[in-house]
Amino acid sequence: MKTLADLKKIREKAQEEMKLRGGNVRIKIVVGMGTSGIAMGAREVMKTFLEEISNRNLTDVLVTQTGEKGLSSMEPVVDLIEDGKPKVTYGNMTSDKVKKVVVEHIVNGRVVSDYVVATGN
Amino acid sequence: MSLKRIDLLICCGSGCVSSGALKIKERFHEVLQEKGLVNEINIIETGCMGPCDYGPVMVIYPEGIFYKKVTPEDVEEIVSDHFIKGRPVARLMLQDEEEKTFSTQKEVPFYQKQVKVALANCGYIDPESIDEYIATGGYEALGTVLTTMSPQDAIEVIKKSGLRGRGGGGFPTYLKWQMVHDNQAEEKYIICNGDEGDPGAFMDRSLLEGDPHRILEGMMISAFAMGATSGFFYIRAEYPLAIKRIKHAIAQAKELGLMGRSIFGSKFSFDAEVRTGAGAFVCGEETALINSIEGQRGNPTPKPPYPAVQGLWGKPTVVNNVETYGNIPTIFLKGADWFASMGTETSKGTKVFALTGDIRNTGLVEVPMGITLREMIFDVGGGMSGGHKFKAVQLGGPSGGCLTTQHLDVPVDYESLKERGAMMGSGGVIVMNDEKCMVNVAKFFMDFCVDESCGKCSPCRIGLKQMLDILTRIDSGYGKEGDIEELQRLGEAISKLSLCGLGQSAPNPVLSTIRFFREEYESHIRDKSCATKVCLDLMHFHIDKNRCIGCSLCAKKCPVSCISGSRDEKYTINQLPCVKCGNCMDVCPVKAVTKVPGMHPEVAAKRLAETKLSHNYDE
Repeated sequence: MKTLADLKKIREKAQEEMKLRGGNVRIKIVVGMGTSGIAMGAREVMKTFLEEISNRNLTDVLVTQTGEKGLSSMEPVVDLIEDGKPKVTYGNMTSDKVKKVVVEHIVNGRVVSDYVVATGN
Repeated sequence: MSLKRIDLLICCGSGCVSSGALKIKERFHEVLQEKGLVNEINIIETGCMGPCDYGPVMVIYPEGIFYKKVTPEDVEEIVSDHFIKGRPVARLMLQDEEEKTFSTQKEVPFYQKQVKVALANCGYIDPESIDEYIATGGYEALGTVLTTMSPQDAIEVIKKSGLRGRGGGGFPTYLKWQMVHDNQAEEKYIICNGDEGDPGAFMDRSLLEGDPHRILEGMMISAFAMGATSGFFYIRAEYPLAIKRIKHAIAQAKELGLMGRSIFGSKFSFDAEVRTGAGAFVCGEETALINSIEGQRGNPTPKPPYPAVQGLWGKPTVVNNVETYGNIPTIFLKGADWFASMGTETSKGTKVFALTGDIRNTGLVEVPMGITLREMIFDVGGGMSGGHKFKAVQLGGPSGGCLTTQHLDVPVDYESLKERGAMMGSGGVIVMNDEKCMVNVAKFFMDFCVDESCGKCSPCRIGLKQMLDILTRIDSGYGKEGDIEELQRLGEAISKLSLCGLGQSAPNPVLSTIRFFREEYESHIRDKSCATKVCLDLMHFHIDKNRCIGCSLCAKKCPVSCISGSRDEKYTINQLPCVKCGNCMDVCPVKAVTKVPGMHPEVAAKRLAETKLSHNYDE
């Protein structure tokens, strides 16, 4: 290391690794992991999100989980929360649908209305 | 980029480690393995998070959920409920008396009045990862100073910030640097004083264990400012984890080129090594510390010459405390004005304290200078434990003095504490409730100082022993009129005449307890009574015959068989042979045994007879 720019490179990479601890987060994905969600494959959905985000190197997206959301007939249910925008809830998610949501919604900013079951808070 | 979705921060400060944090960490590894979650969750060992009383504690990100008193049995539930289903485990969260639950770390009242500067990363990053330190802005201050400032500029920044030595004395930090900077010697040294030894103090240890790179960076900036090229960490051998972590930090910094030759492409080169101390309290005194590094006996030498003029191997040397270095990187990153905006007229910034004693939230805290003792003890510390009343607080360990209820609104800064006979010290705060005997407390600290006196100068070596003898006499019921005055006379003389800070400050606990609790000393001497029932010779056990059911348990458990009686007559204690072990009180099923203040009349009469007898022999 010889310059502050070298240090900055290390810092940015390391901040990336630490983003869970309150870094720069643009979109938060909340997967409903109640009993019925898990029964309908919510874990698979979450894993796919994690993989897709990792493969695409999306640094400002956070995946977290919550309990039963009360939409049991539409499980697995996923919320996408973006700063300054109404919350979007997707239902009946599968791995393939996740891939589409990642490309369309998270990368290109277009809500995949076919899968949406609710919007707003 | 990683797949992780949860950062599990387990506090591995020494407090939590001794309450089982490492076992919990192991258990997490096992359970995550079983459930196939290893790839989704980061387990990070951090330094001390502060609230040691709740230990083992942990924080789980991204939500920042705070769990306390976790046991290995709880791990499975945390994993299956929180990690898999996203339902945090409410029963492991902190609750106050009104059963209000605090789910995240930010909400916990303990943290509310704290401002973390030196401790900013402690409990937040992995201390063994230089990358995590860099992620929080680490080494940027060093880089900026080395590439854009002259040594004099750096000294000016510290002068403007108003930073004073955090080891206890409160000497302006810039002044030490300036003195060594102005000295034209070819070789200069810098030392980090990590010889923290006061009973009840663990600030420096926690900093070294929890954020070693910060201390290293602070030291390198100081070294640049004064022109030193090599430094020593002097850490006591009782702190093996601190030593390991700082050695690890040095190795990592060297590997990245943040230490060694021409750092950041500048002309500045620096190397540091660790020296372990053998655990003598006096080696926290800078001249004794320097002698110890040189391989000599750890004795202090008279000042002047000050180390800034003639220090390690006769070269100009700066000795700064761990916490002082801990503040420096942030001062350069956020600016001297920012630092100086906190605190009082003469004391700027924040101070780390180790809160211990009879309070609810014992632990490590960092508060702005000028906070009142009341806020520190009752708001941050959570007030007294077990429903007891506040009696006194000892600041500055065996070198400091005690303060009482009337001082609760005193702002904590170097000057206001000194005016009232206490001192900032390195930051040990021992809070005492109304069950503590102040004579006994004074004796405890005096005993410590007698043990730790190096023996070089006579006031400290002989004088302190005399004071301890008088205190022992008072506390065992042989105190006589004039003892208090003799303690004061000795104390004042020792303060004036001792060679180093140890002897100069050792009488403080005795003098301050006499000042504020003279009536306790008097009742020990005149009435042979210890109101708090702590001094064994000045209290006795009593069996209430109306309550006693004659079960004979106390008599069976008495190690000296001094309890006799029967079911009808009930039981009584023969006071003369009683050793005051308290077994009878512990086993009594109906709580008929109580402690009573004052020497029992039979014992007093026997002692009087013995005194007369010895007088007769003398004649």
